Amino acid sequence: MSPYWAVLGARIRTLLQYRAAALAGLVTQFFWGGIRVMVFMAFYRSTTAPQPMDLSETISYLWLTQALLLLLPFRLDADLRAMMRDGSVAYELVRPTDLYWLWYARAVAQRFAPALLRAVPLYLVAWLFLGLQLPPNLGAAAAFGISLAGALLLSAAISTLMTITMMWTISGEGIWRLLSILTMFLSGSFVPLPLFPDWSQPLLAVQPFRGVMDTPFRLYIGHLPAAGVLLNLGHQLVWTGIFVLVGRLILARGVTRLVVQGG
Amino acid sequence: MVDGLRLYWHYVTISVRGQMQYRASFIMLTVALFFNMGLEFLSIWILFDRFGSLQDWTLPEVALLYGMVNIAFALAEGVARGFDEFSPLVRTGQFDRLLLRPRSTALQVVGLEVQLIRLGRLLQGLAVLLWAAAALGVTWTVGRILLMLATVVGGACLFAGLFVLQATMCFWSTESLEVFNTMTYGGVQTAQYPLSVYRAEFRRFFTYVIPLATVTYYPALAILDKVDPLGSTRLMQYMAPTFGVIFLLVCLRIWRFGERRYRSTGS
Repeated sequence: MSPYWAVLGARIRTLLQYRAAALAGLVTQFFWGGIRVMVFMAFYRSTTAPQPMDLSETISYLWLTQALLLLLPFRLDADLRAMMRDGSVAYELVRPTDLYWLWYARAVAQRFAPALLRAVPLYLVAWLFLGLQLPPNLGAAAAFGISLAGALLLSAAISTLMTITMMWTISGEGIWRLLSILTMFLSGSFVPLPLFPDWSQPLLAVQPFRGVMDTPFRLYIGHLPAAGVLLNLGHQLVWTGIFVLVGRLILARGVTRLVVQGG
Repeated sequence: MVDGLRLYWHYVTISVRGQMQYRASFIMLTVALFFNMGLEFLSIWILFDRFGSLQDWTLPEVALLYGMVNIAFALAEGVARGFDEFSPLVRTGQFDRLLLRPRSTALQVVGLEVQLIRLGRLLQGLAVLLWAAAALGVTWTVGRILLMLATVVGGACLFAGLFVLQATMCFWSTESLEVFNTMTYGGVQTAQYPLSVYRAEFRRFFTYVIPLATVTYYPALAILDKVDPLGSTRLMQYMAPTFGVIFLLVCLRIWRFGERRYRSTGS
């Protein structure tokens, strides 16, 4: 087995241990989601004009956002960060593996395991009691699944890039915060992207961050045709490739100028 | 009392000097927080752009709510953040040291850390509030301005009370309870929109259990001269911010009660 798969598996098993934290997080997210759904319902009641998504589609979108919130690349790898602070990151450099893919494998696990722990119960409860609809047909469900895999790869590439910027320990945290906020906003987790002003839609369709949430969710509710799934997957993968390239470049520079903190 | 304030001021200057050692980092984080809040407000703008209004509330009216609650929260976070960092003190037994000193423990915990990066939220809330004040077309009488200040102070007290309560739980569980985030951060989210938007259970919770609405929604109605669909009177709306202060006093009482039951973990 390749070392990258081993790292992936080990991280997933470690992360699945934190069940109490997952439960506390669940309560928070139900609360959060409930507030958001009520606000959107009030907005929909305030207008009679037809909207790009109807209320039930929006409610599904909002609950999917909550269910898959941890797919967003906004949580840094705490272990790697501690390593960069205390200098043991030097051990990572010694390993006979490619540093980027090692960290990328960690990032995939970091996104996948917690997201799974949250998503399953949240999805079930939201579906049974809180107005989350099933996908309209099997095609949409399949497209959602495929697109979700693309979202995972993309999100991991973005978060690996964030981890790498932490090598510049002083200013890294600022960049990480800016990037994670931008991701949340442009992925549609504040406001579903179809509800943004009409003039901004062409721009939103190009930018990378929609691939993390908006694309799979719109495929799920049937707002994007299931037949377009491969095109959308292409969009996700192209951006994943760009983030990987940028990440590798910055990493290569970072390693050459790395000063191990603390020794 | 004066002595206590002097000591607190001393704590503040130490904390500020500490944070100023990492000036670039401080500036970056403040900018990031400002930017964060900016995008959050932009999201509200997007919704109003799409839907026109929220019940009978316009964007500047909601912006007033948003500005007040965020300023209040930033003040509370800046000052009472020490309570948020409290659980390690209990877990490691360091709280024993505070108990030995001849000053109130609440004061010492508050002095643990004064977070300057909260300035980002404060400035952004202030910017939104000023914009709202100009865009609203309300005549700013002395009464209205005083009510607005009282609302912010009441709100800051309420959030500070929540931080105290969260820390108090550590006396029993040693862990800080994450569920409190729904009331602190979640409370800010909730209070950015008029209370009438929410279902009855939520409204009751945020009026009678955690009196959040009394330091946001009710006084805002009086400032905006709006009729309350939930049927509160003007007098109630003007009195409402006091409940924030009362809430803080109650929380400090509970803190003292919890403190007496404190048993060191011994480590």
